[in-house]
Amino acid sequence: MVLEAENIDTDQIIPARFLTTTSREGLGELLFHDWRTDKDHMLNTDAAKTAQILVAGHNFGCGSSREHAPWALMDYGFRAVISTQIADIFHANALKNGFLPIIIEAAAHQWLLDHPGTEISIDLEACAVHLPKNGGTYPFKIDPFSRHCLLQGQDELDYLLEQGEAVTQYEKQNV
Amino acid sequence: MARSLFDKVWDAHVVRGETRERPAVLYIDLHLIHEVTTPQACAVLKARGLKIRRPDLTLATIDHSTPTKINADGTRPYVTEQAQEQVELLLANAEEHGIQAHGWDSPYRGIVHVMGPELGATQPGQTIVCGDSHTATHGAFGALAFGIGTTQVGHVLATQCILMRKPKSMCVHVDGELADGVSAKDVILAIITEVGVGGGTGHVIEYRGPCFENMTMSERMTVCNMSIEAGARAGMIAPDATTVAYLKGREMAPVDFDTATEQWLSLASDPGCSYDKEVRLKAEDIKPMVTYGTHPGMAMPIDGLIPEDNAYMDMQAGTAIAGTKVDTVFIGSCTNSRIEDFRVAAKILDGKSVAKSVTAVFVPGSERVKAEVELEGLHEVFLAAGVQWREPGCSMCIGMNGDIGKPGELIVSTSNRNFEGRQGPGVRTVLASPATAAASAITGVITDAKKYQGHYHEFRTFQNTDLQDIGFGGGKHRH
Repeated sequence: MVLEAENIDTDQIIPARFLTTTSREGLGELLFHDWRTDKDHMLNTDAAKTAQILVAGHNFGCGSSREHAPWALMDYGFRAVISTQIADIFHANALKNGFLPIIIEAAAHQWLLDHPGTEISIDLEACAVHLPKNGGTYPFKIDPFSRHCLLQGQDELDYLLEQGEAVTQYEKQNV
Repeated sequence: MARSLFDKVWDAHVVRGETRERPAVLYIDLHLIHEVTTPQACAVLKARGLKIRRPDLTLATIDHSTPTKINADGTRPYVTEQAQEQVELLLANAEEHGIQAHGWDSPYRGIVHVMGPELGATQPGQTIVCGDSHTATHGAFGALAFGIGTTQVGHVLATQCILMRKPKSMCVHVDGELADGVSAKDVILAIITEVGVGGGTGHVIEYRGPCFENMTMSERMTVCNMSIEAGARAGMIAPDATTVAYLKGREMAPVDFDTATEQWLSLASDPGCSYDKEVRLKAEDIKPMVTYGTHPGMAMPIDGLIPEDNAYMDMQAGTAIAGTKVDTVFIGSCTNSRIEDFRVAAKILDGKSVAKSVTAVFVPGSERVKAEVELEGLHEVFLAAGVQWREPGCSMCIGMNGDIGKPGELIVSTSNRNFEGRQGPGVRTVLASPATAAASAITGVITDAKKYQGHYHEFRTFQNTDLQDIGFGGGKHRH
């Protein structure tokens, strides 16, 4: 699934008026809500409903810190986004939910923009995106700790809680 | 090695250093919370049987989903039941966990990024987080302050720490002096246009140079607030005498203020420190700015010609932006809703009326700002001009409380985001300074405030000491 626009902000991904919810469930139907009021929008097609990888223009996820953005993308059925740049807070929020934010070089990104609807594979173990039809294999970078957490099912909060003693020590000296 | 302000604050908060395998464990001094991004985090803690590690370092307010009107019977007209439930849940969670919360009955309640500094909870050298991207505002005090998502809100509630790799650094120098009538909002819009809407991604910005040194804290907050609109999670300005003077006497200012001051003033970047990226602008080159497009990097001088077509905004390349018809004017938001912003607006609106075709909505950033404005009598100028003077909150900046425009309307707004639909579906937003917003309210078209300069009388302005007379200040809310 390709959304070529650059600078897609989190207000587009899920408009603020839907943020009064106190749960994280059921946000998929609100994903890109105001774009989807156009019945012919790509996101309303059957193809979009089965798509798992979103290919988006440069600087995806800019704007607000709302974690509702990756929640909505995941609830809709997406598992990863590929772009040439992804905004910091969205990037961090995505990883914390097991939604892969993949930053890839321009050539591979262009190939993806030119081949919407193609089946590709993302290998998190090898940190590589495999493009079919001789599109080639492209590496991507991911924080090694996030990769470890995703592959091993390690919870970041558990890890932080394990640091309790060091935190207490820090507090004694500094706070 | 010479260290920058950012290096110093970062280094002082590392509980466990970063390695190739794992990010740093960074200690958080102040965690600000509000109703929108906290409930799901509290639910996770509850489900896992975890306590809040430092409720005393957590400060809560209600601002996003709160109505800015009061019904005749004193009740608050929430946009939906869900909005009311969200607000009540925040207050209930705060109560349950012993968190200082400023709800409806507090004289300090306000937009989280207005209230924190006003209380003196925001202090130089701190690490500050909040589930809100405009947390960057607090960097005006030389704090490292940035927005986080709800999962990380949960991390901080449970452990007072976050996992993070040290971002890169960027220095934005602005040399020289601003021309009359050019405001902090114009400066940051010019910077975002220069850096680009994603140009600061992965970086923490330090703003340096005489332009920022000469600014008040309010102006510095306006600048740092919009760092995120250039993609930078945080923006910082070194603490100086202006910072110290602002904090003195605040409710949560340190007891040993002199010792704190000494430490704060040692935070400025060392001579010769290096940055990963540097950008330089001249203050003299900056003009009053407005946006013409659908992100904050699409800004231009108000006296210029629109540089490119924008279909959503119905803007045509090559035409003047000044003179474009305006339907609504909004002065408010964590960017521009402090007393100084309303003083500027009052000077321009004094003795004049809002155009019949325009709805003008002014929303103070906090109960304290509201009290200050009313103490100075500025609200009388607004009411006489036909402005709606509302209760404090985020209001039309994000529209979560139902304060939105109608499809197709053009709003001149002192807020921070002009994304499509930000102020309501189909609404077109033009970001501007309070001066431009006030001038445009009078004429009904986008207007350079230049024509209104020098035609007003000076209002009496109150200082912190005056505010103590009506109950503010004096260390009442220290931890």
